[in-house]
Amino acid sequence: MMDPLLSISNLSVNFKTERGNVQALDGVSLEVNEGETLAIVGESGSGKSVTALSVLGLLGDSGGVSGGDIEFAGESLVNASDEHRREIRGNQIAMIFQEPMSSLNPVLTIGKQVAEPIWQHRNKSWKDAICEAGKLLELVSIPDAQERLGDYPHQFSGGMRQRVMIAMALACQPKLIIADEPTTALDVTVQAQILSLLKNLTTELNSSLVIITHDLGVVARYANRVAVMYGGRIVETASAAELYRNPQHPYTVGLMNSIPTLHGKPGARLNTIIGQPPDLSNLPSGCSFHPRCPFAKPQCMQSKPKLEEIFPNHFRACFGYEG
Amino acid sequence: MKADNIIEVRDLKVHFPITEGLLRRQVGILPAVDGVSFDILRGETFSLVGESGCGKSTTALSVLKMQPVTSGTITFNNEDITHHSASQMRPIRRKVQMVYQDPYGSLNPRMKVGSIIGEPLRVHGMAGDKEKYNARIRELMQVVGLMTDMADRYPHEFSGGQRQRICIARAIALDPELIICDEAVSALDVSIQAQVINLLMDLQERLGLTYLFIAHDLSVVRHISNRVAVMYLGRIVEIADRDTLFSQPKHPYTQALLSAVPEADPELEASRQEPLIIGEVPSVRNPPSGCRFHPRCSQSLERCKTQVPMHQTSGSTVLACHLYD
Repeated sequence: MMDPLLSISNLSVNFKTERGNVQALDGVSLEVNEGETLAIVGESGSGKSVTALSVLGLLGDSGGVSGGDIEFAGESLVNASDEHRREIRGNQIAMIFQEPMSSLNPVLTIGKQVAEPIWQHRNKSWKDAICEAGKLLELVSIPDAQERLGDYPHQFSGGMRQRVMIAMALACQPKLIIADEPTTALDVTVQAQILSLLKNLTTELNSSLVIITHDLGVVARYANRVAVMYGGRIVETASAAELYRNPQHPYTVGLMNSIPTLHGKPGARLNTIIGQPPDLSNLPSGCSFHPRCPFAKPQCMQSKPKLEEIFPNHFRACFGYEG
Repeated sequence: MKADNIIEVRDLKVHFPITEGLLRRQVGILPAVDGVSFDILRGETFSLVGESGCGKSTTALSVLKMQPVTSGTITFNNEDITHHSASQMRPIRRKVQMVYQDPYGSLNPRMKVGSIIGEPLRVHGMAGDKEKYNARIRELMQVVGLMTDMADRYPHEFSGGQRQRICIARAIALDPELIICDEAVSALDVSIQAQVINLLMDLQERLGLTYLFIAHDLSVVRHISNRVAVMYLGRIVEIADRDTLFSQPKHPYTQALLSAVPEADPELEASRQEPLIIGEVPSVRNPPSGCRFHPRCSQSLERCKTQVPMHQTSGSTVLACHLYD
């Protein structure tokens, strides 16, 4: 079997805050294979964005990796120098954020911003880079792309700005693109267009795509494989088809049952997960889902379940629930 | 006005002035809501859906007269409230309450939760004696599923879902007839959203409430509504009862909207066609001529570019589209 493109093993991340030490990630292991689309699903505070930021080395001053390793194309990123990370970031791994307005520089033209990574990473002259930028904007279906190179971000609509972000991410033909809630701020008709574009372009480049989202519909439509996160840990991973047909972790089951769908029975009571998502600075002992779990046993309060393969390529971290 | 109707809105227009320069000279108008008509039946959940800028929130605010109305009429319980003054609106506001999207922004951080929930009672002079007032607050907290001993805490001590429960408790404090929920569950996490949707539906049954529900998440809308109106750029394009709208959407925009919603089922998704829509919602400032949807419509006809489609009623369905002329 081929080595995975990205391999995260037993990663723990801590943040120092006024309220004390917050463990945002607790032993996360995850692999992304070449050419696949992986979705990371979870609610706020589950650690899905922190996972992405630690891959890029963008945890900031207050956060740090306290254990585990991240390997990208066979190379460890945790101990890499800042300079080397910069080399990889934008060139081999690109990131698309949720809010395209705050991710673009308001005082630089779109053309300059898209050309910058090309000039920076691909040793092109500035003139060639600008020319390339125009082609990229055409690729992401921006009308009159050449004329719009001189426009500023505020002259673009939300969907157009997200297209620009995608163009920038693709500029260096990265092997891995991480999209953190790329369409949460967009209207649903625009969301569909942006996600199809992203999916098609990454397929053409044979890049891997990691989509971070809370929307189980988006996952079903675009992902090959899914990782479900809860309280800074991965609780279940499987192929998308397998996960929806045969969810095995009580949290995944609860999540699937709690969303209204377009084909379900309208007006019926929704099944809910009782209680609230956990507070990361004060996580419950053992399995952090146990206070909300209808199947919790004494064991669940004492020790943390490990991720185990219960069906081929289907992993879950749970002591006892029989799905 | 029909006896079953709690609200009737006729040809409502809300136009905002666009001003420029130091002297705020008016240079144009922004037709945020442009000729909207609908009825809400007593006891039902009526939803307004559409993408950002379609005027759904502005319509809702006008119903409460929190927004100056340019023209049209709004009738509430047989009373024409279109030109009511602020003091004339006070008794109406007791009967129409609002729950907003952001449970962080809509609670005063310096007030205790009990006092927040009791505020409408105090404002409307219905607090009564201390004992009765406190009992009512405890009762309201129980009804929405909050522990009564939390009344002395501040909003920051509550999670997003609990805060939305506080907002709901405040909204039902005066026994209103109509509650306007403006994206009331949109900001909540999936598992919490389900809890709040259940709560809203329980309360409707127990208290006989009518909801005007504003949302962009069509799965939620389908779950909670009896009837749905779809808005696009300040106009209603289709009104139908829930099952008709979701199983046989007629207007091309409704069809496009439904095709764009991803379903949480990979097998179903694999068999679905690609979304039918192109482009983005144009600016309300310069809306397209004729049918405002025509530049994005895959089935547009020549006359869609010039003629505004009229609203046609057949049974309980209202439709504005030249394809069905």
